[in-house]
Amino acid sequence: MYLGKVIGNVVCSAKDDALVGIRLMLVERVYGGGTVVALDAVGAGPGETVYVCRGKEASFAFKGREVPTEATIVGIVDP
Amino acid sequence: MILARIAGTVVATRKDPRLEGKTLLICQLIGAGGEDEKGYVIAVDTVNAGYREKVLIVQGSSARMASGCKDTPVDAAIVGIVDHVEQDT
Repeated sequence: MYLGKVIGNVVCSAKDDALVGIRLMLVERVYGGGTVVALDAVGAGPGETVYVCRGKEASFAFKGREVPTEATIVGIVDP
Repeated sequence: MILARIAGTVVATRKDPRLEGKTLLICQLIGAGGEDEKGYVIAVDTVNAGYREKVLIVQGSSARMASGCKDTPVDAAIVGIVDHVEQDT
């Protein structure tokens, strides 16, 4: 997992059925730089520092669903 | 997951049987603002993306969770067509 800052979001109308209803957030890594698109499992908002789970485990955040993701926001760091 | 732009297609007659019927696209990596970044990936298309469209790609073993990719030898799949990216300033 790594820390990131939510800097925006991505809007897709045509997407995999398993992604419907899940927000796609633009996350900038706090250390090392780089930007990724991560699914939001906790209701993160713009400007918040979050931690992101990566790899296949990222889909475990959506229990009972097979969501194709390798990056999911699983926690919001307290301000 | 990463953002990319469709740059072309790959045609392969001899391929793994589990990839038959799937479209392989050349995807140029892009940044949040739409600018080209270094590198590209070949990804399986699951959403009928078109040439020059911005797409969302899932990489790694999670790509097999994309629609129609179960148990296929795939490590990058296109799972969304990007309408727009909203960036906070």
